[in-house]
Amino acid sequence: MNPVLCMFSIMLIPLAAAGMALIHQGLGRSRSAAHAMLATLCALAVSAIIFVLFGSAWAGVASGAAHTFSAGGARWDWLGAEPFFSHGIGFDGASAIDLSRALTLCLEMLAAGLVAIIPLSAGSDRWRLGPICLASALLAGIVFPVFAHWSWGGGWLSQMSVNFGIANFADMGGAGVIQVVGGLAALSVAWVAGPRRGKFSDDGIPAAIPGHNIVQVLFGCILALVGWIGLDSATSILFYGAGLGQVVGVIVNAMLSASAGCLAAVAVTRTRYRKPDASLSSNGWIAGLVAGSAACAMVSPVAAIFIGLMAGVLVTYAIEIFELRLQVDDPGGAVSVHALSGIWGLIALGLFGHFAQGSRGEHVLAQLVGVSALLGFVFPLVHAGNLLLNRFAPYRVDDDGHWQGMDIRELGAGAYPEFVVHADEFVPR
Amino acid sequence: MKLVACLLLLSGFFLVLAALVLLASTGQRTAFVVAGLGVEILGLALLTQGYQSTTKEQR
Repeated sequence: MNPVLCMFSIMLIPLAAAGMALIHQGLGRSRSAAHAMLATLCALAVSAIIFVLFGSAWAGVASGAAHTFSAGGARWDWLGAEPFFSHGIGFDGASAIDLSRALTLCLEMLAAGLVAIIPLSAGSDRWRLGPICLASALLAGIVFPVFAHWSWGGGWLSQMSVNFGIANFADMGGAGVIQVVGGLAALSVAWVAGPRRGKFSDDGIPAAIPGHNIVQVLFGCILALVGWIGLDSATSILFYGAGLGQVVGVIVNAMLSASAGCLAAVAVTRTRYRKPDASLSSNGWIAGLVAGSAACAMVSPVAAIFIGLMAGVLVTYAIEIFELRLQVDDPGGAVSVHALSGIWGLIALGLFGHFAQGSRGEHVLAQLVGVSALLGFVFPLVHAGNLLLNRFAPYRVDDDGHWQGMDIRELGAGAYPEFVVHADEFVPR
Repeated sequence: MKLVACLLLLSGFFLVLAALVLLASTGQRTAFVVAGLGVEILGLALLTQGYQSTTKEQR
């Protein structure tokens, strides 16, 4: 492992959070812009503290202490058992193991923050700040550590070759551990918080509520690219032993899959609506990054382009289906961009990845098992947690908050006080 | 309906785990894992329908 390269890559990850923050506040309404940015900061803050205090113990490290049980002739490593409060992790770099553990903590702390900010996009314009902090704690303290342990911390998904004689589940850049977990949490939040007031008519027809600042959204995409390169590189080095050459491949593949995703979305929206749609194209860019991250160091550039292309096409249709057919009010398209594209990326790794051992069928099977764990275990866990939290701290702002906007309602001041606000926006309906 | 949907999600996951433990060949395992994913997708569809009804009532 090259610790300097890994550290440098980790230092780029906050740019992914900055990009995603700009994207989801730009896709929301101007009356909730300051709230969206503060919510991002709070989610990052809560998740960092909770993960370092509690989550890191359960996330564990490969060949570290773990809770296990035996069933069906296999040893099921289901949860890390490291000390709480990150006790015992030495930051003096005295040994290679110490350094590796410290880097893992640092990376996973930032990754937990990314998981926590993905659902903000789905709850935009109606999700209150207090419940956002509680949900971030749930994600960083329980949900993310469990799946991070299964995939990266030596858990049962990463030991399937030993236990069941098939390939191990692989997730090089966190498409499953970060993106799908965050995307599924976004779906849960969209359901628990309900649609924005006025989003759907009595007949169920959705009203278009356009984002307020598409320039910030597009700038956020470029920031996210830099952050994603850092994220993909750091996880590849730390959990899969990628060397310098493979990291260069990661950078090339990230750029290619994002480009293909964006161009696919531009082409699809140009064909369907006669002009390219900027917000859907930005979603295509992020979807390409998300899908490409699963296999970032294990596929050829041509495969990375194909993976991004499919993600870009998928996301433009999925966003429409979620809104029109399924009546899920997800202003930033987080479910389509992070959950669906992430699942596609995980399966694509099995289909196109270069593996030293095991047949293609075994690798596809391992990836499907991982997807099944995300849908069948992680989603019920996060949804039950959100339903429980919603009982004690209602997620949805009251009716006054809907017409005032989250800035005035929760922060007492708007994001753009010098802008002229039309009176009808403040008349109760 | 929502509770049944969540139980379907968990059932699909346990079907996948059972396939890993009980079956030996990659083909059989793949078939059962795909079936487990199918059950999970059924659960998600049912959950979506449940929340669509809730949204309709709220309107």
